[in-house]
Amino acid sequence: MTPLIGYLLLAALLFAIGLAGALTRRNAILVLIGIELMLNAANLNLIAFWRYGPHPEALTGMMFAIFSIAVAAAEAAVGLGLVISIHRHAHTTDLDAMNRMKG
Amino acid sequence: MSIVFYVIAGLAVAGALAAVLLKNTVHCALALTVAFAGLALMFLELDAQFAGFAQILVYIGAVAILVVFAILLTRGSETPKDTVYSRNWIVGLVTAAGIFAMLAWAVLHSAQALPGPGGTTAAVPSVTVMDIGNALMSRYVLPLEIVALLLTAALIGAVIVAMHEKESAK
Repeated sequence: MTPLIGYLLLAALLFAIGLAGALTRRNAILVLIGIELMLNAANLNLIAFWRYGPHPEALTGMMFAIFSIAVAAAEAAVGLGLVISIHRHAHTTDLDAMNRMKG
Repeated sequence: MSIVFYVIAGLAVAGALAAVLLKNTVHCALALTVAFAGLALMFLELDAQFAGFAQILVYIGAVAILVVFAILLTRGSETPKDTVYSRNWIVGLVTAAGIFAMLAWAVLHSAQALPGPGGTTAAVPSVTVMDIGNALMSRYVLPLEIVALLLTAALIGAVIVAMHEKESAK
């Protein structure tokens, strides 16, 4: 097994764990945690391909990962703001209890 | 594969599993920090120093703290009496397992197409933070500006969304 395959398998495993968390948990914050894990797994793929790719000096994968980290930070801020807003409105973060779109 | 890889991978996977499996939400947030730290170590092991330290600063320093704040503000730290999993959790678990199986199958069956010499002797890319700064300020200056705009918009948007609406509450 080459190192690149090891990193790709680890990223796939972390992605699957994050997806399972996002799909099975009831608390909205835990769903966001799952989404963060999935984004991180994608970043690991980008860095691994940058490291073992043919032209690491071009910095393409590294830049992709850095911008991805920045976008993920923005996503986390807006997502958690939405969770706080929904909690103020519905007094719960249980996703199974939120069954209507009208406030 | 070196022993370091397996140790860090075990740390990251254990943190991720704990983050999605633990009952107490605060414990989940702390386990998430462990998973982020494992991934940052993985970046450092991949000779991506800048990305590794950016991961530590952004994820452990900002996102994890934000998650803890959100948990405390929404009183999510109270462990619910009944189950913490969704009603149709089995569907989600099967979907995640299927996607992992598909990804692993795709990775293992494309070993020839993957780039690089494949051995552990792949040359370490000599990329300094100065190179990254030069690239950010020359070739990637437009994406950098767009990300700056996006972060500003997200900051304002998050404040407006989470702001207390006194007028509409009446």
